[in-house]
Amino acid sequence: MATRVSRLVPHWVGLPRLDPLLLLGLLVVMGGGLLVLYSASNSDMGTVYRQAIRLGIGMAALLVLSQVPPYILRIWTPWLYGLGVVLLFATWFVGEGQGADRWLDFGVVRFQPAEIMKLAVPMMVAWYLHPRVLPPGFRDLLLAFAILLIPAILIVRQPDLGTALLVLVSGGFTLFLSGLSWRLIVGAVVAAAAAAPAMWMFMHEYQRQRVRTFLDPESDPLGTGWNIIQSKIAVGSGGLFGKGWLNGTQSRLEFIPERHTDFILAVLSEEFGLLGVIVLLAMYVFITARGLAIAGMARDTYSRLLAGSLALTFFVYVVVNASMVAGLLPVVGVPLPLISYGGTSAVTLLAGFGILMSIYGHRNFIR
Amino acid sequence: MIRQVLTRVPGAGPGRPRGRAIKDGIEEQRKFNRRAAEALVLVIIGCLLLIARYVYLQVVNHQEFTTRSINNQVKVVPVAPNRGLIYDRAGRPLAENRPAFRLEIVPEKVEGLEQTFERLAELVELPEDAVERFEAARGRYHSFDGIPVKFALSDEEVARFAVNRHLFAGVDVVPYLARHYPQGDLLTHVLGYVGRIDENDLRSIDAANYRGTTHIGKSGVERYYENQLHGDIGRERVETNVQGRVLNVLEREPPQHGEDLVLSLDLGLQRVAWDALGERPGAVFAMDPRDGSVLAMVSKPAFDPNFFVRGIRSAEYAAILNDPARPLFNRALQGGYEPGSTFKPFVGLAGLEMGIIGREQRVFSNGYYYLSGQERPYRDWKRGGHGWVDIRGALEQSVNTYFYGLAYDLGIDRIHEYLSQFSFGEPTGLDLQGENAGILPSRDWKRGQYSEPWYPGETVIAGIGQGFNVVTPIQLSVALSALVNGGTVYAPRLLMASKPAGEGQARLNHAPVARQIPAVQPENWAVVREGMRLVIHGSQGTARAVAPQDSYQMAGKSGTAQVVTQVAFEEPDPEEVAQHLRNHALFVAYAPFENPIIVVTAIVEHGGGGSRHAAPVARAVIDAWLAQELPQ
Repeated sequence: MATRVSRLVPHWVGLPRLDPLLLLGLLVVMGGGLLVLYSASNSDMGTVYRQAIRLGIGMAALLVLSQVPPYILRIWTPWLYGLGVVLLFATWFVGEGQGADRWLDFGVVRFQPAEIMKLAVPMMVAWYLHPRVLPPGFRDLLLAFAILLIPAILIVRQPDLGTALLVLVSGGFTLFLSGLSWRLIVGAVVAAAAAAPAMWMFMHEYQRQRVRTFLDPESDPLGTGWNIIQSKIAVGSGGLFGKGWLNGTQSRLEFIPERHTDFILAVLSEEFGLLGVIVLLAMYVFITARGLAIAGMARDTYSRLLAGSLALTFFVYVVVNASMVAGLLPVVGVPLPLISYGGTSAVTLLAGFGILMSIYGHRNFIR
Repeated sequence: MIRQVLTRVPGAGPGRPRGRAIKDGIEEQRKFNRRAAEALVLVIIGCLLLIARYVYLQVVNHQEFTTRSINNQVKVVPVAPNRGLIYDRAGRPLAENRPAFRLEIVPEKVEGLEQTFERLAELVELPEDAVERFEAARGRYHSFDGIPVKFALSDEEVARFAVNRHLFAGVDVVPYLARHYPQGDLLTHVLGYVGRIDENDLRSIDAANYRGTTHIGKSGVERYYENQLHGDIGRERVETNVQGRVLNVLEREPPQHGEDLVLSLDLGLQRVAWDALGERPGAVFAMDPRDGSVLAMVSKPAFDPNFFVRGIRSAEYAAILNDPARPLFNRALQGGYEPGSTFKPFVGLAGLEMGIIGREQRVFSNGYYYLSGQERPYRDWKRGGHGWVDIRGALEQSVNTYFYGLAYDLGIDRIHEYLSQFSFGEPTGLDLQGENAGILPSRDWKRGQYSEPWYPGETVIAGIGQGFNVVTPIQLSVALSALVNGGTVYAPRLLMASKPAGEGQARLNHAPVARQIPAVQPENWAVVREGMRLVIHGSQGTARAVAPQDSYQMAGKSGTAQVVTQVAFEEPDPEEVAQHLRNHALFVAYAPFENPIIVVTAIVEHGGGGSRHAAPVARAVIDAWLAQELPQ
């Protein structure tokens, strides 16, 4: 009987082979995140339960993906990417969402196809570069760029500039890790900076307003500048050691907008101070570094590139969110990884870490 | 160590690679590791930059953000002081505070103000100018403060709103203390009233002290003693959330409530004077000649000040404004009347004190007085004259020709010089704003007013209080008080005492002495007073009809006058002018004769002769006061 059942499952399914260090890092950050969320939601256990359930779903995804060997993922990569592009096209016609058609509603599940792309794009670039001689030649580079740009353009159209840039960045990291020369990288960054004014032309009014507010938040302190100002007040008033858990006035008195989602770091900064921020950032750096280490252990190009890009992209989320909360970047809808309230981001991220776990678990597995 | 030379995996990868791509696995791994290390360095640099930013916010600028965070959460909410109460001399309340409800709107919290006002109007009766007032007030309030839109809600309105409250975000019913005048129109022209603070008021008050206060004294005692009545604002430091809802009172600095005022007025005497005037427009002013305190001050008709407190409807206001009897006009304070014969005692005293005429000197009255070189006669009121009279008889019978000659001999300069000492021609300094100064004419005055020289004929009629002379009931009372108290001219006082809230000690308030008129010969003053006694008790006295039987002796003088000038709220229409040109009846009196404790001036507009119409009013007031038979 047991053997019969075992025939129904793929032969590669076995005991979880998880990296204890990475797992520890993730659990610490998620646990701390739930603590902060409890405070940010004004001690609402319901919110904390709901988020714990989402994280649980994410962990399930992590466990499942950790069982899938990288070569299977590689085989499925073009299909996943293709599916993502098709769904993005679908949002063009049937998408819903406030002012932006980002969401697809499948009756039971509502999700943003753009989220798939956060994983699918680096996978696809890695898939494409995998059999090639690295660093890639000019023709391969062009094709890799096309792989990046098609979903990015579709996402910009939704419009969701932030996610589009993050998708670009995640694919860009794959190229970066493939050994692109520094000269090219610097050139690309300079070109992007030069293109910024041109981007202004293509921006929607609300996006321009965000940029304007970012440049001078005090110009409209009660309107669009409110978020940035209140967030900075929360962070700054936290000081070295913070006001203490559940004692953040900016948060408890609801001055921080979006305090349990995009601005949850402001709550943490207010209640735990600079010390809390440093500890959190150290945890994030640790997770990123461990991700890069796993990439270094991988035995094939696809796994290496994918693992490295996932780790770096993860850190980019942290940097973007922390910069936004500290008033260094305009308000873009990038949640704080593993801590902000919300399901999509948590599940996508943990799925990504599932891939990392799989790469770790199959590092000695050669097919 | 496994060497991967060819990584081509069958079944995966984008078609056939070009030619035979040979990948050097070891070299690739080495390159990758280097790249990953470089990336890690970048990650750490990024992390350090972020930390630097957080250090900048949390350490370098910590103080500033802490302050802003405290300012965010803690608001200072004004606590309005309770307005001081006003009592009469016997401690009866004249102005009190009653708990009431008002409707407030917090602009910040309301979506669609216009709609809100429309829907509110279905539940409560809003003033017609509610929206305009609201818009005008917005500048003065924070957007998180409630702006009152309707005062003194009825119980029914409160109930109706309470049921529908959930439909009105940002609208609330707020309890407050409303000013109430239990005596209605009886004291309107004394107490005045409070009304909504407007732009005019804002220029003269300390706006910070009035945050939280909605009403301010607009006239009368309420205005004159505004500072004492209002008190000082208190503050509450409260913790609020982002919607401005108060979560916690952290600290409370209680308001300093306004002072209670005790007026020297007697409510009973006020009622007597009010009733004595009956339906006729007029004024009564009664004061104590010994200390300058005001005992009664009536101006009729009046209006109910409570209308103005709760916000008067325009129809009600139009009715008051267009009433031909002009209830808004304070006759006691602002009415200017020709003094007529009530002036004679003062002209007579001037003549005696300046040695123009002797106390016993007699003058023959044949009914006419002529100025040399003029054919026009100046007449006595009695055909054929009064015969030989001295100053006593001249006052008793009100002999015009006696005073024509005396005035002519004095000359306008000396008349002006002497009579101005009695506060004629200037505000007496009563503790109310807007007092009419009256007119005591002089050469300079006439040149300034008409660019004309003074004519001798004008001196002659000034002797009997006609021509340019204008006096107020207050001036007549003050002057008569000085005449009977030996020359002390008071700036009369309504306020007898004030009692600061909390501490029990009341402070007495005394009428200031404006000046002391020196008596050249006290006998002169006594003789004039005797003349005034004869007006009532003499066999020929013009007001002998009102003489009290035997309980006490009073003295007085009648007068008949035209309204020469009035401080008008609007131009009277021609019909009204005609009415106003009719004679008004004046009477000044004091009692008891030997030891006066009350001086009364009564004016009955369009009444005719002073003895017939005004003297009974003065008599009624004096009777009630001396007998202390006063309505409660």
